[in-house]
Amino acid sequence: MKNTSYAAVLGRKNQIMKSAVGLDYSQFESGSIGFDYEGMMASTKLSMDQVMEVMQSFNVGNTPLIELKNITALARKYAAPGKGARILVKDEACNPSGSFKARRAALSVHMAKQMGYKGVITATSGNYGAAVASCCAKAGLKCIVVQECYDSKGLGQPEIVEKARKCEALGAEVIQLSVGPELFYVFLRLLEDTGYFNVSLYTPYAIQGVESLGYELATQCRKQFGKDPAMVVATNAGGGNLTGTARGLQKAGCKVPLVAASVDLKGLHMASDTQFNRKSFTTGHTGFGMPFTTWPDRSDVPRSAARPLRYMDRYVTLTQGQVFYMTEMLVVLEGMERGPAGNTSLAAAFSLAQELNQDDLLIVQETEYTGAGKHQNAQLAFARENGITITIGDPKDQVPGESIILPQTPKQLTATEVDLTHLRQSLIRGALGDATTMPIENDLRFLAGETGSDLNFVRTTITRLLEERHETN
Amino acid sequence: MANKGDWVQLQSTILEPGFRAPQVPKDTAEVPLTQWVKGWLMHDAKVGDEALVRTRTGRQVSGKLVQEAPSYSHSFGAFIPELLQVQEGIKQALWGEEQ
Repeated sequence: MKNTSYAAVLGRKNQIMKSAVGLDYSQFESGSIGFDYEGMMASTKLSMDQVMEVMQSFNVGNTPLIELKNITALARKYAAPGKGARILVKDEACNPSGSFKARRAALSVHMAKQMGYKGVITATSGNYGAAVASCCAKAGLKCIVVQECYDSKGLGQPEIVEKARKCEALGAEVIQLSVGPELFYVFLRLLEDTGYFNVSLYTPYAIQGVESLGYELATQCRKQFGKDPAMVVATNAGGGNLTGTARGLQKAGCKVPLVAASVDLKGLHMASDTQFNRKSFTTGHTGFGMPFTTWPDRSDVPRSAARPLRYMDRYVTLTQGQVFYMTEMLVVLEGMERGPAGNTSLAAAFSLAQELNQDDLLIVQETEYTGAGKHQNAQLAFARENGITITIGDPKDQVPGESIILPQTPKQLTATEVDLTHLRQSLIRGALGDATTMPIENDLRFLAGETGSDLNFVRTTITRLLEERHETN
Repeated sequence: MANKGDWVQLQSTILEPGFRAPQVPKDTAEVPLTQWVKGWLMHDAKVGDEALVRTRTGRQVSGKLVQEAPSYSHSFGAFIPELLQVQEGIKQALWGEEQ
């Protein structure tokens, strides 16, 4: 009889994961700070053509790239003369399960089937659950989705309740939990009990699946518009969307600045029972975006394949009110009901486009489905019921968890820049741990890649950190 | 009263307060980690009873029966007048007064 206490199960984590992911992560470790990231990514041994074939077998991908002419025209009203790029959006809501997450699920479910697993398990409160359930329906595999759904009083976030419905509608077993990171404990126990495959969001398969999005986006843009985009914007939470898209763009030979965008939920604790239902976005927000950017290896696999700081050229934030506003703009100017969470990057695009020239192309790389529970009206109604004030005014005055302020004018739809230097330093500080000496050259190179910076930046940062430590000692 | 074979929802406590993960904030540490699952009832039972179900993946799970024939009630929520106002403002910003 196995010990099922919290500590005992977490102590068996590596062993459980090894049999549940079909990948021995230890082979990529160096023994010090760095690990062989590219070696890990190549371990799938799948070419882009093979990835595309798998996508097609699940009817995933080939989503339309749509020009948002009216939103572009409106953005130009607030731009300097000659400025205001053409804004395009990749309508990923057209995937069978309603979001880009279908790409992330397809390859993993395909591999689970190939490796002979009878079923799969995923821990997610988001669109990924529906994506996995949808692919499992097609592959004939059993599917368990574990989600953090309710606070301790049993009050459910409507967006998550809707996702439970969608997963169950697609044939999955949904296990719902109250707030807390111990979801991981339940998840591990389920993996151990069932012997199912862990379709983690963070395996090389999941991220290579998203590479199809970046690759497709580049080839489609060239075909439809005869050139490469001048900027791509991606909503950022766990970092897989951004990482996969960036790698896919690279594989298509498309060198384009990539901007990450998250909803600013500063001040709200993600593991707090009482604050859980005081946020109107359950993903795409800084509560995931910041920690996963500065320390990617906090996921359900030993090494995350999603490493967003390697790929982002800029990182911007938006308020909840700004994203709701953009969601309405998409409805009323383009006739498209999508999101709202998936529209974070679109909200960012409105002001980013104003920095670019009118003949430039700016691509927002996803949309997601909407519906009961998820819709902006459902989210705002839930927020109001829970004591959040909702007004029209200056979004800059919004306090997450207390108020939502919808902009008064499109002029207030401006993205706020995050200091990437600070995030890079934070990642290096975490990687350094309690070291008191300069790491070896290989680790410095790893950290340069890891932070999308260079050796000089890494050395300077570490030298300063070590000096500070000597001073405090 | 629910009969054997009926579709029901069970609730159970996974971790009692005091056994929560060390890193959880105080408000979370003071409440249990609760789990809800759905499945086919393996014996007759009524709401409030300890019960056993077979889930859609064939697992047997026990817990307190909290709902018979569980359904969804999430919706588009109460009317939010601000959204209507926002829509009108956006249309006017692009198309002008004639809208």
